[in-house]
Amino acid sequence: MTSDMPYVRQTRLDSYVDRYAARTKGMTASEIRALFAVASRPEVVSLAGGMPNIAGLPLDVVGDALRDLVLDSGPVAMQYGSGQGDPKLREQICDVMALEGIDAHPDDVVVTVGSQQAVDLVTRVFCDPGDVVICEAPSYVGALGVFRAFQCDVVHVAMDDDGVQPDALEQAIAAVQAAGKRAKFFYTIPNFHNPAGVSLSLERRQRVLEICQRAGLLVLEDNPYGLLGFDGEPLRALRADDGEGVVYLGSFSKTFAPGFRVGWALAPHAVREKLVLAQESATLCPPVFSQFALSSYLSRHDWLGQVKQFREMYRERRDAMLEALPEQMPAATTWTKPGGGFYVWLTLPAGLDAKAMLPRAVTNRVAYVPGTAFFADGFGAQCMRLSYCHPTPERITEGVRRLGAVIKEELELRQTFGAVAPGHGRGYDAPGPELT
Amino acid sequence: MSDLGRVLVLAGGLSHERDVSLRSGRRVAEALRDVGVEVEERDVDADLVARLRSDPPHAVFPLLHGVTGEDGALRQVLDLYGVPYVGADAAACRTSFDKPVASTMVRGAGLRTPESVVLGHDTFRELGASALMDAVNTSIKLPLVVKPARGGSALGVSIVRTADQLPSAMVNCFAYGPVALIERYVEGAEVAVTVVDTGDGPRTLPAVEIRPDSGFYDYEARYTAGATQFVVPADLDDAVAAACAAAAVSAHRALGLRDLSRSDLVVDTDGVPWFLEVNVAPGMTETSLVPLAAQAAGLELGVLCRDLLAVAAGRSAAR
Repeated sequence: MTSDMPYVRQTRLDSYVDRYAARTKGMTASEIRALFAVASRPEVVSLAGGMPNIAGLPLDVVGDALRDLVLDSGPVAMQYGSGQGDPKLREQICDVMALEGIDAHPDDVVVTVGSQQAVDLVTRVFCDPGDVVICEAPSYVGALGVFRAFQCDVVHVAMDDDGVQPDALEQAIAAVQAAGKRAKFFYTIPNFHNPAGVSLSLERRQRVLEICQRAGLLVLEDNPYGLLGFDGEPLRALRADDGEGVVYLGSFSKTFAPGFRVGWALAPHAVREKLVLAQESATLCPPVFSQFALSSYLSRHDWLGQVKQFREMYRERRDAMLEALPEQMPAATTWTKPGGGFYVWLTLPAGLDAKAMLPRAVTNRVAYVPGTAFFADGFGAQCMRLSYCHPTPERITEGVRRLGAVIKEELELRQTFGAVAPGHGRGYDAPGPELT
Repeated sequence: MSDLGRVLVLAGGLSHERDVSLRSGRRVAEALRDVGVEVEERDVDADLVARLRSDPPHAVFPLLHGVTGEDGALRQVLDLYGVPYVGADAAACRTSFDKPVASTMVRGAGLRTPESVVLGHDTFRELGASALMDAVNTSIKLPLVVKPARGGSALGVSIVRTADQLPSAMVNCFAYGPVALIERYVEGAEVAVTVVDTGDGPRTLPAVEIRPDSGFYDYEARYTAGATQFVVPADLDDAVAAACAAAAVSAHRALGLRDLSRSDLVVDTDGVPWFLEVNVAPGMTETSLVPLAAQAAGLELGVLCRDLLAVAAGRSAAR
């Protein structure tokens, strides 16, 4: 050992390295996540983010409402509020849910910090470490993050163009039971699924409910995109046909603006009581100012007219993507054709790995989210999520063109080196919420 | 305030290492502010050139990692506008950033480098991957390291311990760049040696020994606090430590570098240092090696960076 140095030491650059909770396992730097830093640059066509496109919001109306809110109700709006949420907003939320066939009472609504917090609260209330949560395959990355944080075991159930496959759901429930475990709930996004882009067919909805009722399995119905369908009336919610077996989650992030962070849970009485207590321990109360702002916006503005405008804007973008994909994708590439929402789920030709391909895509100035982000078990490498919500139709066309070239290059590489086993994913292979 | 005037910390860019670069930039900018330097941080984008022309800073600290930042391109632009900057000039960067070229040059200066081959994706495609991979496996003894010829942060780098791992390592590498450097994996202690020159000639800071928990100093081990144990100064005999320091200074000189560089070495079981690569814009993040080395040397990072900027600004004045 040298003796003339100022001092000798060992360091891990983290004084708390041996003190973290087990649930932080996997919270590590990710080179895939780092690549999304490049995706935020304007040179890159980002088909990776899931940020709602709120450029069309009537800012003058919102501005007037916020000013009046401060002037007329400031001392109340800036004070603590009820842990369950503002009573008036809860009434309005019931009106929103009525559009999807739900007959609910405001007492059964708990306002949350976005529906993301509702997923967290429900999991907190139901799940101990090692409990099973059944999810679709793929599933929403943010929910998987919550389930991971509560150390749940996630069991994925196959989907097709009509949503989750009921037979597969039945088999999964049976397999969990056979393993001596009990699934605590089935987490599903029935409408315009994130990331799969598909919706649960009306025929299957009843079947799914019956299967879960028979198994005594709670359904956690997450429905942020339900009013963003491009064709016809909103699809009937699962909760509309089962008031006791379903906890329904809603959000204003896509129908208004995500920055207010207002969502909700509609739950059976006993569950709701626990959610309120859990909410109080987590945040004391959901943000009062945001709730008042939402309430004011809903009462003073033609918000459904605004949602219609959003739908048309997203439809135009969806069309651009669905038009570009057949022109640019190599043979054996398949994708879903969403009837609403933000996302297309694309499956690459066999042998390709979307995660391994992402650096090449970023070099070619296009970004997507590798499918591995949407599985708790490391699968999904052959798939990717493409978002059409934010870029203009022209940029979407260009992005898909770039992506097609990247996939063709990757195919050539794979042909050169032969089949290579796909890589396994990690839970943090997704961008943060701030990426467009 | 220091008498350096306003300096510009450039970070970000469009390389795969953008995120690391932004963190390096933030840390250096804060360290400089702490010692009274007026700092502007900015990304490299279409407005940069106009800005350099209309309102040139007294000096630039380029903290762009990867292509453009370390391949000399950005520094050539700074030269065009007569803006002084910390670190090697464009020509030296071009040489150093290309790992095979840099290896050849330092070998000429007497340093040991692992035996290696350099092959492009096109070569595999045109001549057949299977036969070429067989030839690689025959000519260099396993285990191997496969890495992009240009790039940093261990992106696209794999250790190949069995022949059947080579195809996926090649695919992983070519996702980051078209040319691969395939070299023998040298077992031993991983050591990084920082060379600084604040006007009195190149000198080394204490070597940092890197002991990743996973055994592989990959992206995760580099940028997850706690995932790697660092020993500073490295746990080396005096003679070996001196040999590492000498190797880093030799590489710095042989490649025509200036101001600041970091050489990554492996000390084999016989105590012999092997040169792996050099960094002309080494990382300055919270988990990076140069700040650790500076701290072990009793140098405040802000003071070191300020001194380097003063040297750069002085070069401009001397012209």
